[in-house]
Amino acid sequence: MTSLERVLTTLGHKEPDRVPVFLLLTMHGAKTLGLSIKEYFSNPGHVAEGQLQMLRKFGHDCVYTFYYAAIETEAWGGEVIYRDDGPPNAGAPLISNVSGIRSLVPPRVAESRCLWKVLETTRQVKTEVGNSVPIIGVVMSPFSLPVMQLGFENYLEVIYNHPDLFNDLMAKNEVFCIEWANAQLQAGATAICYFDPVSSPSIIPSDLYHSTGFSVASRTLAQIKGPTATHFASGRCLPSVELLAKTGTAVLGVSALEDLGEVKRVLNGRLSILGNLNGLGMVDWTIAQTREKVREAIAKAAPGGGFILSDNHGEIPYQVKDETLMAIVESVKDFGTYPIVH
Amino acid sequence: MAATLKTLAVDFERALLLLDKQQATSLIAQAMTLGGVQEVIQQLIVQPLTHIGNRWQAGSVALSQVYMSGRICEGLIDDLLPQTTLARRAQPRMAIAVLNDSHALGKRIIYSSLRASGLELQDFGHGVTVDQLVQRTIAQAIDILFVSVLMYPSALSVKAVKQGLGGTRTKVMVGGAPFMLMPDLWRQVDADAFGVNAADALDFINKHTVTQGS
Repeated sequence: MTSLERVLTTLGHKEPDRVPVFLLLTMHGAKTLGLSIKEYFSNPGHVAEGQLQMLRKFGHDCVYTFYYAAIETEAWGGEVIYRDDGPPNAGAPLISNVSGIRSLVPPRVAESRCLWKVLETTRQVKTEVGNSVPIIGVVMSPFSLPVMQLGFENYLEVIYNHPDLFNDLMAKNEVFCIEWANAQLQAGATAICYFDPVSSPSIIPSDLYHSTGFSVASRTLAQIKGPTATHFASGRCLPSVELLAKTGTAVLGVSALEDLGEVKRVLNGRLSILGNLNGLGMVDWTIAQTREKVREAIAKAAPGGGFILSDNHGEIPYQVKDETLMAIVESVKDFGTYPIVH
Repeated sequence: MAATLKTLAVDFERALLLLDKQQATSLIAQAMTLGGVQEVIQQLIVQPLTHIGNRWQAGSVALSQVYMSGRICEGLIDDLLPQTTLARRAQPRMAIAVLNDSHALGKRIIYSSLRASGLELQDFGHGVTVDQLVQRTIAQAIDILFVSVLMYPSALSVKAVKQGLGGTRTKVMVGGAPFMLMPDLWRQVDADAFGVNAADALDFINKHTVTQGS
């Protein structure tokens, strides 16, 4: 099976030849090419080459065209702060006073240099991998982007106390998110990962999610012209699973704080599972620990398909060693070949 | 059945989780007819906030509820204990900061909760560099420094903060997602303690105060 066939089979809740494994690597390509993280992300060709070299080196099952979360607020006019040992981070929020929401104008994807780089990377890797390997693009959800637009405190005040401003902001963010997701699909992405950490029950209660993040996701995902995976970036999902299953997403990213077996049981085939190796934990894992973590995850979630092994956050730390990443993929081959032997 | 501070505390926690500030205010007023200020603060504010923080850690309460509860209590405590009053507890000199990162919600929660517990601490802000943090901590002769981080590389920078504070008596408690997901990380960066919520911060303050006093 090709990687794409393997993934499509599991998403159909059938067992492929082995468990698919997504190493959601963003910065390791810089290391591979001997570049600083800033240099690496300055050129779409670097990121394309980095992704392709990592695909060959590790033998996992996806290309990940995600640069860094702050690239979206960069497109809205925000600052990005680079560092040598981690992902570029968002600078100060775009607006300091919530009334500034009224004057925000969504950027046009075609006019944004930073978003163009991601699209160009997508086109380049698509030329190389064709339909053999899924290309995973990323958007921040309209509901979660405001953490970088306003700051978390201001945003919570808007959610709880300013419904008109909230609705105005969501309308603008939805327009941007849909255009950005569809541009990536058009450039060659196979699916879109919809990062929505604020919707996690770790951040807002499920009843509030129903009237906010759920409605936003339902409207937005319906207009994205390709399959989507919802990811809470380490946040829990279980208390909101019933609603999540109705948003139109096909896959759910699971936190390392939750039990894969329980999530699988509750979902009962309605969504596929992506997760949930502890990305930060990988920094210190020995090879033996790595193998045990992979074996355990596979035993809990792989039988019957509907499972892609991955990290829990959607961005593996720069400090995770290549040997650990290789051990993850090798362990998948050892323990994740179907039928799964308990 | 006549209300007691204990029964009012249950109602107060419920009001906080529903973000019902009016009800919370009314319950505090009712409690003040049953006990002294410090007793009301301890039973109606500190204990419910501690319980809410523990429930967040266990996954049954959301971070937004922890944050909003702290803000409500901070407002109530300011009414009960104006900043200049002598009723605020004698305490170590304390400060809190977000190291390198811009996400200040965790810092705000701890800051509000500690103030709502009748304590005072300085807010050194967010996006603070290692050098800035070390300089301000030394200049202000801080006894307890709370350091919040979001990103893993920022967590690693705590080690440089500790090195910069070498020779001082400042104790550093760290918090934030990287420390929750890597239980040994706080030791690796030489922090003195790791806290998940305001209750852990209060415990650390109490232990440090006892140590200082003994």
